[in-house]
Amino acid sequence: MRLATIVTDNWWDIRDLSNVSGAILDALADAGVPDWGIYVVSALLGTLAIISFIGAVAIINIWIERRVVGRMQSRLGPNRLGPFGLLQPVADAIKLMQKEVLQPRSADGLVFTLAPIAFTVPGIAILAVIPWGRNMTLAELDVGIVFIFAMSSLAALAVFIGGYGSNNKYALFGAMRVIAMLVTYEIPIVLSLLGIVLLTQTMNLSEIVLWQEEHWVFLIMLQPLAFLIYFFSSSAELNRTPADLAEAESEIAGGYHVEYSGMKFGLYYAAELINAVSISTIIATLFLGGWWLYKVDELVPGWMILIGKIYAVYFLFVWTRGTLPRFRIDQLLAFAWKWMTPMALLNILLVAGQVTLWEETGWSDAVLIPAFIAINGAFAAGLIVGWVRVMAPKFQRFPTRPRFYSTIDVPPLPAPDAAMTQP
Amino acid sequence: MPIKSDLVEVNIGPQHPSTHGVFRMVAKIDGERVVDVEMVVGYLHRSMEKLAEERTFTQNIPFTDRMDYLSAMNNNLGYCLSVEKLAGIEVPERAEYLRTIFAELQRIASHLMATGAFINDCGAWQTPVMHCFRDREKVLDLFEMTCGARITTNYMRIGGVAFDIPEEFLPALNRLVNDDLPYRYEELEDLIVGNEIILMRARDVGVVTPEVAINASLSGPILRSAGIAWDIRKADPYCVYDRVNFEIPVGYNGDSYDRMVIRIEEMKQSLRIIRQCVHDLPDGPHKVDVPLALRPPPGEAYARIESPKGELGFYVVSDGSSAPYRWHVRAPSLINLTVLKEMTVGQTIADAIVTLGSIDINVGEVDR
Repeated sequence: MRLATIVTDNWWDIRDLSNVSGAILDALADAGVPDWGIYVVSALLGTLAIISFIGAVAIINIWIERRVVGRMQSRLGPNRLGPFGLLQPVADAIKLMQKEVLQPRSADGLVFTLAPIAFTVPGIAILAVIPWGRNMTLAELDVGIVFIFAMSSLAALAVFIGGYGSNNKYALFGAMRVIAMLVTYEIPIVLSLLGIVLLTQTMNLSEIVLWQEEHWVFLIMLQPLAFLIYFFSSSAELNRTPADLAEAESEIAGGYHVEYSGMKFGLYYAAELINAVSISTIIATLFLGGWWLYKVDELVPGWMILIGKIYAVYFLFVWTRGTLPRFRIDQLLAFAWKWMTPMALLNILLVAGQVTLWEETGWSDAVLIPAFIAINGAFAAGLIVGWVRVMAPKFQRFPTRPRFYSTIDVPPLPAPDAAMTQP
Repeated sequence: MPIKSDLVEVNIGPQHPSTHGVFRMVAKIDGERVVDVEMVVGYLHRSMEKLAEERTFTQNIPFTDRMDYLSAMNNNLGYCLSVEKLAGIEVPERAEYLRTIFAELQRIASHLMATGAFINDCGAWQTPVMHCFRDREKVLDLFEMTCGARITTNYMRIGGVAFDIPEEFLPALNRLVNDDLPYRYEELEDLIVGNEIILMRARDVGVVTPEVAINASLSGPILRSAGIAWDIRKADPYCVYDRVNFEIPVGYNGDSYDRMVIRIEEMKQSLRIIRQCVHDLPDGPHKVDVPLALRPPPGEAYARIESPKGELGFYVVSDGSSAPYRWHVRAPSLINLTVLKEMTVGQTIADAIVTLGSIDINVGEVDR
């Protein structure tokens, strides 16, 4: 532990969570519990911590999202129940639990019930591989990024079975759109994170954070294009505006969850927020340095820094939701195939060249990293601007401003028909 | 080998977030593409035209509020004009100006609602509609100040308007048209007119050609978007529209985007009209005395105005009694809706929703 002296070793000092777990595990070891028992208990403790974190987050994020979007829409948001309306999500949850859970007679009961649960689990499971602080990872996976790919695409599968199992036409539309988006957006997601793997030479998330600490740089500076691609692709996977086509309230009236009610719907609603937090966590870990923040992490515990970064990214998601209209399905798919996949491939090419240069020449990091930051930033900006020039839809056939007439031609009225005017 | 697939028949409405009321669209869909659309109206039919035959001419004014409840002032005005034409009543000068001011304020309120709801249909999650509502509220505050009601105003009377304006009205109106609304329009334009996603969603969506527009007897922004310069305020001026300067915006392409832009420009022109009316507002009585049980001479009259949705016409027949013998409304929403099939077939289901939003129907007026 390299935390500064303000954090004590007492078990109640939760600024360093290893104090608590260490005290419990020490007590167990003193009581003569065998090693495997301590191993199981430590895993359970970590799981408990993550699940309670995500439960609290799901409640608080409802409030945050509604308040922030409310401010963007020039209204107040929930402010009646409790201080600043903080108890509103609790009241909503109680209301949802009291409501009857309706299930269409023609729906497939097993799939219909399974889907909300299957939608919730991956978002929580992703958090297992996240390093919450130095040596604070629940599952130290060497293939952490692959685990993330696997889990984040499972959520789309859950949406699909839920929509398909409802036996509703709107839900079917939502489910079909989800599959189309899943097939399309997995590719830019994988390709954009591949650049990070090439740079850091590892798929272990803890080591990626340590790499950023060692080189004194956030990966978003080295990989701005990958960040943009990953952010947009994952918001498409999360069904958030501008890519909330599977829900599309104004078109298909809620899409895949149109038949869900009561707490099954509540689970979908909460899981959507949980998945958003999971993706925010991945972005904060991979691109923004995770628990590391220059020298600040020696004063503030890493998990607090990480949560701060998670909410900074989460605000971006709320911001896009509050401001942007929705794409059409063909436009969204075209955006992935024509724009983001080629750009991600070019990005990988550039990163591969840089890594080769780095390894072959052995030039010092102090020269290469600022150079790479400048080159990649210019590359991202130039590529985006150039691609817009080449590929942008041409809307300029017609001017966006109307013509103005102050006088108009009025044709003379036809002569009144004598037969019609008879009383 | 082509994949065999069946068409899916989807009911959009009568309970749907984007049909703006109880309107139903039965769409046959091939994948995401709309193959056929059939519209079903009548869920909000309240038989107003028949009910009116049992009531006196004055008692019928509240019915008009409830037809197009987003532009009640215009509906009041159209009906009163038709009865005045039938009975040969002259309206005082001040009442003509007040009618123009309120009709244009109502146009602003209705177009704000239409623009906000249209972008909401494009998928912007409630934000534009809330911003437009905020500005619309200010207009409705002026209505409340004058006649006590915000939506169903029941303000126009046969022979004038119900009340003269209170003394705090003109300062509030000047503040609104000179300070608040011009700034809001600039903000609205910055946010949506050049927005790439709006352009992608609304350009070339729901195109109506000039031939179709004329043959289907369309009117209002949907006709002007097709490139035809036609506005009742210019073609057949009523109230004081022949005494004020304003221009009518006309589009090029006839798509949803043109309709949205035309509505925004029309709101600016409305501000122009209101400023001139306030400047020229004469003193005098605000109405002439008309017997409560008015008995117009036997005959018929048709008066038309440019409501926010299009040409709103009232056809009244009197048999000499105190109730109309026949009352018919030419509702622009219903007639503009008839081209829905031509506009949506061949596009995706998302485009169909955007097109429906851009027509700016009001189901209260469609069904009456």
